[in-house]
Amino acid sequence: MTIEKLNVNDDINSAESDALVESEDNSDDQVKQKNSVVTNNLFVYFNKRPAIIDISVKIKKNSVTAVIGPSGCGKSTFLRSLNMMHEMTPSAKVFGEIYINGESIMNFNMVDLRKKVGMVFQKPNPFPTMSIFDNVAAGFKLDGSGNKNELNEIVEKNLINAGLWDEVKDRLKTPALSLSGGQQQRLCIARTIAVNPEIVLMDEPTSALDPVSSSKIEELIYRLKSEFTIIIVTHNMQQAARVSDQTAFFYLGKLIEISRTRKMFTNPKEKLTEEYITGKFG
Amino acid sequence: MTAEKIFKNPKNLKRRKFINSLMIFLCFVAAVLTILPLLYIFIYTTQSGISALNIDFFTQLPKPVGEEGGGMANAIVGSGILIGLGGLIGIPIGIMSGIYIAEYSKSFLAGAIKFTTDVLSGVPSIVVGIFAYGVVVLAMQSFSAIAGGFALGILMIPTVTKITEEMLRLVPHSLREASLALGVSRWKTTVKVVLKTASSGIITGVLLAIARAAGETAPLLFTAFGNSFWQTSIDQPIAALPLQIFVYAISPYEDWHRQAWAGAFVLIFMVFIVNFLVRYVTRNKFG
Amino acid sequence: MIYEMYMDSSASIEKFGFGFIFSSHWEPVKEEFGALTFIYGTIVSSFMALLMSLPISIGVAIFLSELVHKSVRTSLSFLVEILAAIPSIIYGFWGIFVLAPFMRTTIQPFLQSVFGFLPFFQGTMYGTGLLTASIILAIMITPIITAITRDVLKAIPVAQKEAAYALGATRWEGIKMALLNARSGILGGAVLGLGRAIGETMAVTMVIGNKAQIMASFFEPAYTMASVIANEFAEASNEMQISALIEVGLILFGVTFIVNSMARLLIYSVTRNSQ
Repeated sequence: MTIEKLNVNDDINSAESDALVESEDNSDDQVKQKNSVVTNNLFVYFNKRPAIIDISVKIKKNSVTAVIGPSGCGKSTFLRSLNMMHEMTPSAKVFGEIYINGESIMNFNMVDLRKKVGMVFQKPNPFPTMSIFDNVAAGFKLDGSGNKNELNEIVEKNLINAGLWDEVKDRLKTPALSLSGGQQQRLCIARTIAVNPEIVLMDEPTSALDPVSSSKIEELIYRLKSEFTIIIVTHNMQQAARVSDQTAFFYLGKLIEISRTRKMFTNPKEKLTEEYITGKFG
Repeated sequence: MTAEKIFKNPKNLKRRKFINSLMIFLCFVAAVLTILPLLYIFIYTTQSGISALNIDFFTQLPKPVGEEGGGMANAIVGSGILIGLGGLIGIPIGIMSGIYIAEYSKSFLAGAIKFTTDVLSGVPSIVVGIFAYGVVVLAMQSFSAIAGGFALGILMIPTVTKITEEMLRLVPHSLREASLALGVSRWKTTVKVVLKTASSGIITGVLLAIARAAGETAPLLFTAFGNSFWQTSIDQPIAALPLQIFVYAISPYEDWHRQAWAGAFVLIFMVFIVNFLVRYVTRNKFG
Repeated sequence: MIYEMYMDSSASIEKFGFGFIFSSHWEPVKEEFGALTFIYGTIVSSFMALLMSLPISIGVAIFLSELVHKSVRTSLSFLVEILAAIPSIIYGFWGIFVLAPFMRTTIQPFLQSVFGFLPFFQGTMYGTGLLTASIILAIMITPIITAITRDVLKAIPVAQKEAAYALGATRWEGIKMALLNARSGILGGAVLGLGRAIGETMAVTMVIGNKAQIMASFFEPAYTMASVIANEFAEASNEMQISALIEVGLILFGVTFIVNSMARLLIYSVTRNSQ
């Protein structure tokens, strides 16, 4: 398998000049600045076993990037390295460079990083002992920051943003668990964006939901794009095709191909990519 | 296969069936033999205890030998004080240990704590009493409630630790992740999210520990020592319910025996209620 | 935490040599101390308790895990657990006033008439004594052994049992197989129960008669390590006696520590293997 390093000349021929890929003529720093997320030669090992191998990507601001690939190919591992979730796992070792908005991840401490890089999980996980209101405000309340007035505004604004406000506005103080699955997930999204991150990571956010809820969340992602940079791991290729601007295909821990979504799905460069997309495996 | 030979042989069948029924019957007998003493103890204690129970019991001090009447008021209060003191020591240490073991389980310290707790849970209560004697009574040159409370506290630690740990483990990992992903620090996550979610379970652990401490006699024999008078200052010997029951029970006086039964009933009643409550609250938490 | 205990008790060991363990003198007035009687009392009573309790505990465990309807199971196991929570003085209390007379009037005469040729069952029948203490201990440790046996049986993969039944085994034979598989765990439970019996103080003190002697008959009073500490500590007349008692405590601690550790190892190995 050849590792796909970002190929600059890829899309020069494409009609849309809104290239997601920066020309390599720019200086390294400028590249890092202009993109929300940059990784260089990223490796992650669990107990000496490599989970992701030599990943180098650049992700532009305010875009939606889908990460697809068969189970166990490292998609979630990649996502979690971006918000230092691997610190929780003693057997995990991370090598390589990660830059968030131009700054190396090593310069952040975990707590600050996660205020910039939020995460939504596969199974909705609202805090069971808290109300809807408290859940959205959790990013502040748990920290002890934010006063009452601010919180009221923040909760309302983000629930609206997450498309949940109308459904819950008269029962903000009821327990979060009283919501349906789809509503809970939107609640979790509201909670995540309430702390105003710049990047939102989503790990298969709709795989535990019914189709109606899923499509609501896909609409949500599309709307949120203008404010945040979104990276979404998904098993569902149709979803990737619907929702993302660019798509990355992972296989066995390696990045096989990354390009504009339309191109990836109509005219993929690698044979492996084509085989996956057409359902020959995975 | 020999197994098949045994199983399919018709001659064997009758004998095997007989053994089967016999064994099952024996198991049934075993169950009866176990439940029987329990019921007997319960019923007997209740019978003897209730008849001796009256207001006096709860409000009066023990009367001198030979006089009728009197109660165990000071013992009840004393037990309360001792348990309170014990709880002050045992509950915080127990909960902190439980948190540490559950949340930082791979660290060396967690392993050490777990080991210590396991050992502690097997130590006979009287040995804990000796330890309390050595540490507190000798230092203070007198028996005291502090010494008794100290001993009880140590006895409470393993129970609280174990249940806290179990309850924390039951909290789904996804909740911790959600909190961490929001940029909340590890410590705050543990306290404000995980602990809160497990709180009702932890409270049951505390209740169980209290129930156990309430019934302990041996370690109090030479720490709190017992006292026939009203006594609430904690640096003096103090009465306790189980102690009083013991003294009365081994005495030759009928009246004291009666009162001891009343005391025993109160104890058993309390133990039963706490255990029942705990069972009831945790019935849904386990698969 | 634990190490403080060591240091505390060992301060008093220095006063005696190893002869302590083997001598059976115990005269507070004369300041002569030897712990043999207590060790004997503790060991005999605990082992007898284990002997009596083990078959019953296993029987109850089987009964609860295999032979009853689910609804009955919860209430019955609740009852068994309550048995474990009853404070030890209450057992002792009941022992003095109910069990001992019962022993004196019924069980002991019966045993003497049938087995009187054995030295174990000769002698005066007080009602209290080694046998009575053992019985109470047996009742007290049954819930522990039962609980662990149940846990261990649960850890046996169901598939094995089903395979046996499919081949035409009777109920009992399937159970026997499960027991065989779980035997080290059950042994662990038994050892744990033993540990509890060794350390049990109040109930034993109240019914064992508290006489420092080693006699063949089980009807005779005896003394255990825990009991002697309970009885004499508060009123010890001199420094030496207290030291001696503390040393007994240290021995007790040591014994329970070893026993409990063995038990835990056994149980751990079973639950680990089944995963």
